[in-house]
Amino acid sequence: MRQFPAFVKKEFYHIFRDRRTLLILFGMPVVQIILFGYAITNEIRHAEIAVLDQANDYYSNRLVNKIGASGYFKITRALRNEREIEEAFRNGSIKVALVLPKNFGYDFYHGRKAPVQLLTDASDPNSASTLLNYATAIINNYQQEMMGDQQLPLTIDVQPRMLYNPALKGVFMFVPGVMTLILMLVSAMMTSITITREKETGTMEILLVSPLSPGKIIVGKVVPYILLSFINALIILGLGVFLFGMPVKGSLLLLLMECGLFVLTALTLGILISTITASQQAAMMISMVGLLMPTMLLSGFVFPLESMPLPLRILANVFPAKWFIIILKDVMLKGSGLPGIWQPTAVLCGMTILFIALSVRNFKTRLA
Amino acid sequence: MEKAIVTKDLTKRFGDFIATDAITFEVERGEIFGFLGANGAGKTTAMRMLCGLLKPSSGQATVAGYDIFTQTDRVKKNIGYMSQKFSLYEDLTVRENIRFYGGIYGLGRRQIKLKTEQLLEKLQITREADQLVSSLPLGWKQKLAFSIAILHDPSIVFLDEPTGGVDPITRRQFWDLIYEAAHQQVTVFVTTHYMDEAEYCDRISMMVDGRIKALDTPRRLKAQFGADSMNGVFLQLARQQNISNQ
Repeated sequence: MRQFPAFVKKEFYHIFRDRRTLLILFGMPVVQIILFGYAITNEIRHAEIAVLDQANDYYSNRLVNKIGASGYFKITRALRNEREIEEAFRNGSIKVALVLPKNFGYDFYHGRKAPVQLLTDASDPNSASTLLNYATAIINNYQQEMMGDQQLPLTIDVQPRMLYNPALKGVFMFVPGVMTLILMLVSAMMTSITITREKETGTMEILLVSPLSPGKIIVGKVVPYILLSFINALIILGLGVFLFGMPVKGSLLLLLMECGLFVLTALTLGILISTITASQQAAMMISMVGLLMPTMLLSGFVFPLESMPLPLRILANVFPAKWFIIILKDVMLKGSGLPGIWQPTAVLCGMTILFIALSVRNFKTRLA
Repeated sequence: MEKAIVTKDLTKRFGDFIATDAITFEVERGEIFGFLGANGAGKTTAMRMLCGLLKPSSGQATVAGYDIFTQTDRVKKNIGYMSQKFSLYEDLTVRENIRFYGGIYGLGRRQIKLKTEQLLEKLQITREADQLVSSLPLGWKQKLAFSIAILHDPSIVFLDEPTGGVDPITRRQFWDLIYEAAHQQVTVFVTTHYMDEAEYCDRISMMVDGRIKALDTPRRLKAQFGADSMNGVFLQLARQQNISNQ
């Protein structure tokens, strides 16, 4: 039983003496959280808008002021005629143009239809539709304000409520995403690299000749990474909660246990990769292409799964990332307990067992 | 006295390819047994089977008195191994490497400490004990690797082309270490393709295409083939093989 501590100690020496490993382990989570938190966000603020106010009356002025005061738009130009719209779009100084017709105030006040035109630069379709939504919301809001209590009979008054994330904060999406990404990267990539490194340098042979059983060798190599991954999970959670106000509505204990489960899934996947590759390069490539890309793209982290074509939606089920993101969101935002997330949890458990079984089989055939 | 290694018709097949073909030999205790052959002749495969890294396809063998099919755990405790790829951790210091290998062979802390000092003194590298192994010259690394391979006092040590890439003087020093170990009743099983090294062995087996073609002391082999060096013996064997292949 003296063998095992000696082995784990050696593994820590490897990690702490390799600057690259350390950087990936502890630099990356922080950088990613900051990047996604501050730089990469799909919320748009202060979009340039130009206004062509042909009415220039009390009602049109109030509407324009309201849009300018919303924080989403910055009124950069007042246009004089329709020809200037095209020009403003072309030289790139505006993203949206608002056109108010001549009789805007009169039409609006007398309860008839008051048309408003919104023009957006759809060369970037995502932000165009986001801006359109913002503007429409502001205009609707204005309309209700103006009409006051005098509700027309038999109109449908929709009162939407955004559950679990009322402010529609992007943070709530990216903290689970980054956490999944980092844990996947650290656990799967690092373990597959560290094991293949021993193969490359020839030390694996020495270990296999020693009285250490293959199982112990693998566990010994993996234990430090379990610890470090878990610390990483805590760092990301801490940053998410204290820096970005991410809530943890469910049980913290359950959350940490699920993190532990996902770390285990990723580690066993890393071990599996190492049993089918002989070089660090190959292990890195497989981890990058086979794990990172799907974790980014097919987990619902960056692009919503619901809008993907069926084959991709089916493919997404194969990767552990999708399930872990579901768990994280349910526990953190909805406050679900184990009964609410037993399904994705069971999937992760199943995957872990499968990866272990496959690894053991591959390892044996290699030795025979 | 019990033999160190006994094999009978030991065979390893990889699909249709027969890597070692029914090899039979015995190695005495404390003997330096050379295992010679060209690349791909089956030396490494045979050695890997004896170390428990590969399962033989058929035949029988015991190492240190233990069966390599059923008692691999016992076998592993009683052997040391040094591979042709350099086998220490470059990013660990000399002392840490010694401590690590001592640890995985189950030596106690006090024992490791004692052995570390002895080893450092013997190799005269006490001053370099806390340097990373990567900073040592290759010759030193190889001597250190050998000393670590016999740190746990195994009864047999397997050396797979241990002196690859070093100059003849360092090779000679390395062999002094091997003699010293053999003197302490450690059996040395060494593969090599340096023919001058073959002369240092007590007995030699020559492998060609998976079979043992000759097995005897260097002197008798030279007499048998009428050659004045081991290189001559090897060339004759290779020529015979070519003729029989045609």
